[in-house]
Amino acid sequence: MKRIMRRYYTEAKYAKLLGKKIAWITSGGPVEPLIAMNIIPIYPENHGAMIGASKLGGKMSEFAEGLGYSQDVCSYVKDDITSSITKESPVPGGLPEPDMLICSNNICGTVLKWYEIQARKFNVPLFIYDTPFVHTEFTDEAREYVNEQTKEYIRFLEKHTGKKFNYKKMKKVGHLSLEAMRLWKAVLDTAAHKPSPLTAFDAFFHLALIVTLRGKKVVVRYYKTLLKELNERTAHNIGAVDNEKYRLLWDNLPIWFRMRWLSDKFASHQAALVADTYTQAWCGVIDLIDENDFLGTMGEAYTRIHLNVGVDQMADTIKTFIKQYDVDGLVMHSNRSCKPYSFGQYDIQKLIREMDIPVLMIEADMTDDRKFSESQVETRIDAFMEVIKQRRK
Amino acid sequence: MKKENNLQVFRDIAREPYAYLRQLKQKTGKVMVGSTCTYTPEEILLAAGLHPFRIFAQSKEFSLADAHLQAYGCSMVRGMLEDGLSGDLDFLDAVVFPHACDSIQRLSDIWRLNVKSLHFDVLLPVKLDSELSKSYFVKVLGRFKKEVEEAFSVEISDANLRKSIALMNRLRTLLSTLYELRSQSPEIIGGSDLTAVVKAVMVMDKEEAEKQLQALVDVLKQKQPSGSAKKRILISGSVCSHPDIYHIIENKNAVVVWDDLCSGTRYFEGLIEQEEDLMAAIAHRFTERYVCPAKHLGVKFQMENLKKLILEHRVDAVLFMLLKFCEPFSFDFPDIKNELEKMGVRYIMVEMDQHNKIDEQMRTRIDTLLEIL
Repeated sequence: MKRIMRRYYTEAKYAKLLGKKIAWITSGGPVEPLIAMNIIPIYPENHGAMIGASKLGGKMSEFAEGLGYSQDVCSYVKDDITSSITKESPVPGGLPEPDMLICSNNICGTVLKWYEIQARKFNVPLFIYDTPFVHTEFTDEAREYVNEQTKEYIRFLEKHTGKKFNYKKMKKVGHLSLEAMRLWKAVLDTAAHKPSPLTAFDAFFHLALIVTLRGKKVVVRYYKTLLKELNERTAHNIGAVDNEKYRLLWDNLPIWFRMRWLSDKFASHQAALVADTYTQAWCGVIDLIDENDFLGTMGEAYTRIHLNVGVDQMADTIKTFIKQYDVDGLVMHSNRSCKPYSFGQYDIQKLIREMDIPVLMIEADMTDDRKFSESQVETRIDAFMEVIKQRRK
Repeated sequence: MKKENNLQVFRDIAREPYAYLRQLKQKTGKVMVGSTCTYTPEEILLAAGLHPFRIFAQSKEFSLADAHLQAYGCSMVRGMLEDGLSGDLDFLDAVVFPHACDSIQRLSDIWRLNVKSLHFDVLLPVKLDSELSKSYFVKVLGRFKKEVEEAFSVEISDANLRKSIALMNRLRTLLSTLYELRSQSPEIIGGSDLTAVVKAVMVMDKEEAEKQLQALVDVLKQKQPSGSAKKRILISGSVCSHPDIYHIIENKNAVVVWDDLCSGTRYFEGLIEQEEDLMAAIAHRFTERYVCPAKHLGVKFQMENLKKLILEHRVDAVLFMLLKFCEPFSFDFPDIKNELEKMGVRYIMVEMDQHNKIDEQMRTRIDTLLEIL
């Protein structure tokens, strides 16, 4: 993984020398047409996760707050704004500057503001792939709107690269993307085994490729190898957590700067976070994509992802995971940086009451360590695990 | 004297909007349709014989809403939910959620699951600057019209739509005239009264509102401009309807001459042009007036619009009243302030914990701005 990511960022760094263009794109954005056009996609959100994992999030958010950004807005945005000025980053020299920006609001409205800010800063064209929210229904006019935007997107790419869109390559990219998503799903599905061969913390790590490079062969190869390893572990009943006794489900983005601590904390209770709603987002809409008509069906698939649907539908997905992974409890990260993911969590708790499992809510932030209280979280986890243990008796 | 009497109508309604609505329902039996945002196509509701009004988030405590929304939600979202859960909106028949920010988007889900009222989501586009998105906008309004017709078993005729468009245009023109009069002669009406007028119009029976507004404008037009030497302030943000803000400013020899608020000009800015396709006509106003920062109309719209308003209204300083936790507005602030610095226009930003409460810190910050002018 490290080797692939290093090569990816090195190629991006020398993009100009290689005659390639760079597009910054949101994590839920339609990347496949970029791959088909030989454009290098760069994900500021993935960079944000790296900044968080490197424990730089609090400090970098603070810098952006000095520029006038609020304390209460998304820390990914603030990390990116800071890094694009100071060049401080886990990637040497920071992210390569974009030639264009591709923003899809299927994950939040925040990315719209973020990409507007960066479009002004870098003075580069911005394409918005606008995905109407699906509270209860994906309407006919929304379908037509996103499908037409796919065509608009291709015209945008042709205009800004000066090249004709490569439909032949797109067909291959579509197949590879779908294959990668299926493999990713198979990887996550292995966690249904008891003991689980991987935890959500592992999934957060292995996620990087399906987010950044889906549509490339290297992703398919990587997940095939990973799946093989996991299947071997399953065959030999090797669990990711020693003596796994309790199984938990995670909701929302990871707390990137406390992954190890949280993993150890749960493991100390013989609890494995076997699955999560976040990494599932990159394989949750496979059924909506027609392998032979990727471009014609991706609009609907990108619109109906987990974060772009109503709270009741999100609760249904969680219920499915509770059954599929046979979990004993749900841990919800109430993420101060991500309102669309976090607002509605209380109602989800009510909607899944019939599943009769305890729920723990941890209030934190995905990268800003100033918003994390270790002692409070520790006490809450201990109490939560007590409840789970007592129910088992 | 006549002006005072007439203003009192608006003041009373603005202070107790829900009491007014409750009475209106008793008196007229009309179906009450609340909405959360200025992107509500009120013309469609009026043409169906319904009564549209804005849900203001009157609540100051959020004990019921807290069971559904985290404390890092803005006070508008928490307050609206509290209004809905507490019974303060016991007269509410239906609610309209035009798609706006992430918080309102989730509020819609929570509302649908917890508050008993007919529910309409209007799934507006986020980008408003492409032909494709404009045509989608028209289709969304068409769907909304059909849904309203079905829900209330009414037919919304073109004739009624034309009437409601004309009525809303007259109201917007009157509000705009009122603002222009105030910009020219700030002493003719106090800032808190002006904001009360807009707030009241958002809930009032629209024909009654027109009558009252016309009377007010007629009286104010007779007043002679006095060439006031007060400092001219523009308020920028989402919601700012607390009367005390205007008193603080006016006590410091300054006046608010304009705003770009959802509780102010954003409600009435722009008229609906005559077009054959009435849904297109309504949509076009929404895509061409001052857009909300949660919508996209080019990457520089907000700052260019503000700069234009500063020049048009000879503004000396901008007071940003930003609601804590409101992402769309707060993300624009740093780049806008840089533009103001280049223009040499002074500004101050006040973060409001709650849109309907004023604390000492806010008071001090506003005082500071006015003292350095």
